[in-house]
Amino acid sequence: MIAEASSATQAPSRFRAHHFETAEQQYAASKLGMWLFLVTEVLFFGGLFVAYAVFRTLHPEVFMNSAQLLDTRLGAINTVILLFSSLTMAWAVRCSQLGQQRGLVICLSLTIFAAIVFLGIKGVEYSHKWHEGHLWASQYSSGDAASVGGFDRAGTFFSIYFAMTGLHAIHIVAGIAAIGWVLMRSLRGDFGPNYFTPVDTVGLYWHLVDLVWIFLFPLLYLIG
Amino acid sequence: MSTTTEPKHRLPQFISPRSTTEQPLSYLTAERGIRSWLFTLDHKRIGVMYLIGILTSFLMGGVMALLVRTELLTPGPTIMDADTYNHMFTLHGAIMTFLFIIPSIPAALGNFVLPLMIGAKDVAFPRMNLASLYLWVFGAVFLVAAMGLNGLDTGWTFYTPYSTTTNSSVISATMGVFILGFSSIFTGINFIATVHTMRPKGMTWFRMPLFLWSLYATAIIQVLATPVLGITLMLLIAERVAGIGIFDPALGGDPVLYQHFFWFYSHPAVYIMILPAMGIISELISTFSRTRIFGYRFLCYSSVAIALLGFLVWGHHMFTSESAMAAVIFSALTFSVSIPSGIKIFNWLATLYKGSISLTTPMCFALSFIVLFAFGGLTGLFLGALATDVHLHDTYFVVAHFHYVMMGGTLMAFIGGLFYWWPKMFGKMYNEFWGRMSCLGIFVGFNWTFFPQFLLGTKGMARRYYNYKPEFQGLHVVSTLGAFVLGVGLVICAAVLVHSLFRGRKAPPNPWGVATMEWETTSPPPVHNFEDTPKVTDPYDLEGFVLNETSGNYERRPAGITSSQKPSEVKA
Repeated sequence: MIAEASSATQAPSRFRAHHFETAEQQYAASKLGMWLFLVTEVLFFGGLFVAYAVFRTLHPEVFMNSAQLLDTRLGAINTVILLFSSLTMAWAVRCSQLGQQRGLVICLSLTIFAAIVFLGIKGVEYSHKWHEGHLWASQYSSGDAASVGGFDRAGTFFSIYFAMTGLHAIHIVAGIAAIGWVLMRSLRGDFGPNYFTPVDTVGLYWHLVDLVWIFLFPLLYLIG
Repeated sequence: MSTTTEPKHRLPQFISPRSTTEQPLSYLTAERGIRSWLFTLDHKRIGVMYLIGILTSFLMGGVMALLVRTELLTPGPTIMDADTYNHMFTLHGAIMTFLFIIPSIPAALGNFVLPLMIGAKDVAFPRMNLASLYLWVFGAVFLVAAMGLNGLDTGWTFYTPYSTTTNSSVISATMGVFILGFSSIFTGINFIATVHTMRPKGMTWFRMPLFLWSLYATAIIQVLATPVLGITLMLLIAERVAGIGIFDPALGGDPVLYQHFFWFYSHPAVYIMILPAMGIISELISTFSRTRIFGYRFLCYSSVAIALLGFLVWGHHMFTSESAMAAVIFSALTFSVSIPSGIKIFNWLATLYKGSISLTTPMCFALSFIVLFAFGGLTGLFLGALATDVHLHDTYFVVAHFHYVMMGGTLMAFIGGLFYWWPKMFGKMYNEFWGRMSCLGIFVGFNWTFFPQFLLGTKGMARRYYNYKPEFQGLHVVSTLGAFVLGVGLVICAAVLVHSLFRGRKAPPNPWGVATMEWETTSPPPVHNFEDTPKVTDPYDLEGFVLNETSGNYERRPAGITSSQKPSEVKA
């Protein structure tokens, strides 16, 4: 990483903003800025993980039983797809650092493709849940779990399921937009060994989105 | 902006011609036209626009406060019905908290001063800085739009289950607060990245001015706490729209969970409000005592300590709804915050000791801050102690306590800082006599308004109530009269500042004799802040400056001369 950062020193001046002394300083600032943003993302999701922990502690049996209503096979396929997209994203960063123009475009395109497939599979899962009535608390309408006091506890699980996977899906959509922007710029030939900050920072964001899923998959699908 | 402008020495409309004839192009005059402001990436212009926005919000919130106080002159209806009253105090709180106090010092003064203090041309991410301003504007529109829709009557805390059942415009308001949160996060990320990567060679962490330390500590809280508020409000909106049963007990949810989520942000948020204020006070006390700040390192560490401890005390807002064990732990942690706060107060007092104190307007505000903040902090201990809190919680004692800290603390420091940096921002000196008078008016009016509320609280007057027993009326009337005195003080303050823009003496580069870098450039600074890159020096080397009596400017003491000549007091 140090070698790469110092290679950024000779960046073409057209991408160095006036208020930075050196391209290296600009690279360091952008990188730190993105890491800080990722910290805020972790805390943003953190609220939902806390809600999950609270309700699972209160009603462990509801979570165990409800989790079996999720389609583990589709979840596992999605996990593999996202891991693959993380690989292509990391590869894209490497390509930009080495100046491999074609490899960069291919890797970014593959990443976007994988993200779209992920959303497609997620959509299939959502539509199954919709048809079976496995929805959030106020809309839950399935006879699978015991009904207590006018509402179904399984609804709480599905509220959390939809909140967490929904928020994650929104982040996937934002990721597609961000990678699309990087792809456009790389088609224009903006990136090379001297300047690859946007590929690098968008890559960091994408890895975080993957990482969140790596936690969501076992916590939601594999606890039954 | 990249548009080329030939150097035309034209003046902005609000500065009178006689004082600016030989002025070099400043950031205010370099480019003209509304577009040059709306699309600027200059941190100084963004700071000035923030200043206008938050002062407008302050005016709005202040008028609401006066209406609330007027209503409370008599038990039962005075000037509005009970429902309007609920809307009024809610919007007063929400506007003052989210639109005024949180962005006040970091986004307005901090944006202007931070890059200047490290001798940089701008913050690390100027475009994100402008984005944060626009997010603030959008957030403000959503929040204020709630007023025009169905109003907002939940209290600024949006507690469930009421906020999920009331028919007032909770969604618009919380959406606004959500957007304002992103504005705050962007400012925080920008400041941390700037302080980390853009300090000049030679400015080590422990050679940074204390205002930077406090902005840095504030930024840490903004980045760590605000996202939690974001997700909380998203869940609240989902609860209202879709009924997800996370907070709504009718669907198996837990309203106390909402309180935990909310205060996990909102308690650290009170340190977002007070920490930058403490940073300003450190600068003011040192400058106007003309002595080196006492206990520099302790002041640095105490800022960071407050930022971190602030994350561990949210539970003291739920003393009556959590387990006894949790309450005891949160109570103990709450007391621990008083240690770094005490360190600050004692260091300021030690700085004053044997200092050559000049009672300029900023110094008057700084001294008021110390008195009022000490009051606010000490009464906080009554609320942090479990036994007394049972009696005092949700009474006017709490209202008085947080107004002493937020208004007597943050607002006093904000106005003090505004007077202090005003010459740098606009190149004009204000009228010192009337500046001091405004401080006196605000100080007297403030205590007049809020001290009686401590008494009301101990007698059992509950907060947020529209009606009250006749025996409380005397103190309510006193408090309301004080509120109008306070209002007059604030109007004088505004008049002094506006007057200076038109009639003020031209400000020299360094009117106070300070060694921090923002005073090395012209007042107001040029677009790129410094004509020559300034040298990093000791930020508290006040001895190194002597007053030039003719220009009113402090100049660096020529090498070799070590006279102990006392700087004469700054003239009005």
